[in-house]
Amino acid sequence: MNLLEKLDAAAAARKALLPDGVGAFGIPIEEVYSATEARIGDRRVLLLGTNNYLGLTFAPECISAAHAAIDREGTGTTGSRMANGSYHGHRALEREFAEFYHCTSGIVFTTGYQANLGTISGLVGSGDTVLIDSDSHASIYDGCILSGADIVRFKHNDVADLEKRLRRLGDRVETTLVIAEGIYSMLGDQAPLADIVRLKKAYQCTLLLDEAHSLGVLGETGQGLVEKTGLLDEVDFITGTFSKSLCSIGGYCVSNHPQLEQLRYVSHPYIFTASPSPATIASTRAALELLRKGGHLRKQLWDNCTQLYERLKQSGYVVGPDPGPVIAAIVDTPQQALMLWRSLLEHNIYVNLILPPAAPEGKSLVRCSVNAAHTPEQMSYVGDVFSKLRDLVN
Amino acid sequence: MTDSKYDEIMQLLCDRLSSLTNTHIEITPETNLISQLSIDSIKLLNLIMEVEDAFDISIPINALADVQTVRELVDLIYKIKTTAK
Repeated sequence: MNLLEKLDAAAAARKALLPDGVGAFGIPIEEVYSATEARIGDRRVLLLGTNNYLGLTFAPECISAAHAAIDREGTGTTGSRMANGSYHGHRALEREFAEFYHCTSGIVFTTGYQANLGTISGLVGSGDTVLIDSDSHASIYDGCILSGADIVRFKHNDVADLEKRLRRLGDRVETTLVIAEGIYSMLGDQAPLADIVRLKKAYQCTLLLDEAHSLGVLGETGQGLVEKTGLLDEVDFITGTFSKSLCSIGGYCVSNHPQLEQLRYVSHPYIFTASPSPATIASTRAALELLRKGGHLRKQLWDNCTQLYERLKQSGYVVGPDPGPVIAAIVDTPQQALMLWRSLLEHNIYVNLILPPAAPEGKSLVRCSVNAAHTPEQMSYVGDVFSKLRDLVN
Repeated sequence: MTDSKYDEIMQLLCDRLSSLTNTHIEITPETNLISQLSIDSIKLLNLIMEVEDAFDISIPINALADVQTVRELVDLIYKIKTTAK
């Protein structure tokens, strides 16, 4: 089989899963009306498959900051952070992230994906070990692969399994990086951080927590799981993204380890790419301010999450273990998931379809992402439709 | 390599592959994991976690890059098992 035939085989497998009609992946969104509504084809749909957790995509403060930055500095930096791509705003945002987390250092990356890629591959290398949760995001897997370190998985959120694997490493724990996530993107559950920190201390390894889905969502000021659990000082490195609660694109890493600064000189995903545009940086800075003061947004978000999570459970859906902004209806087969996804779209609700192998344990997911801008009426409507469609996944 | 540890690994792996793939294909050392048993990457990673527990070893998943057949996987596990402390 040559290179192109391999792609043909992949295309055939995809077609077998999605034989006709509207493609569930990469569906074109023709117009965006607000943080909660858009047009897909001829339909005005309720957006329930975005990561816009605080509903800030149209926040006037962010939009005006982005406009001003374009007027002042142009549309792009046209260079890497290492060369001409470190403007005042990039450095200011790094300081603001460090201050937000009460850390000494912060680094901004061009995407959230690159934040994990660049941080992990900068921290560990050949001869080191990374211990990662089996449900880790692809950016974590890819960062580990890029690093050349030995990659060992532990069972999802299973502390006993993690401890077993730490013990097996023996003396190698000294050069081991354990990686977990504040909220996991598939089922919306949270890492057992207190137990992981206990193991980190017992085995004296290093801990990285990815707060991509938990930034803005957990904790009084929205720092994430570290704030909710009071364990900020126990985590060595925190990464995250701008593309969810902060409604732009980019990523960050913060730490109290001064060695973080060395990543600027060794991390290829940081060095060999153009830096974020001035508008991106400006809107992110404005959004970070709103996020910090956004207690009312988090309350609205959690009210919405709880309402929908409980409604799905009451309707008989199998859902993830914790309520949260990611609420996945777990079904047995891709066909069931596709049927439910299509029917929701026919009721003008857009959600995410996730099929194996992306979905854990061979299951398929119809994943909802709730945000603070959703109204209780919208949540009720979604709950009603899910309830009505329950028989599709029997 | 014909020692009992190697044979034990081969037997365990063949048993697990047989139940995992639910196939009627006879699994031999030369059976290809992907083309013949249709073991996808996630199934393989989960199998590796089981093998790690069975033999109390760590198998880095990046060591699987060159593994295609049952024999190659057994060789890898055997090597790690016999060099572990």
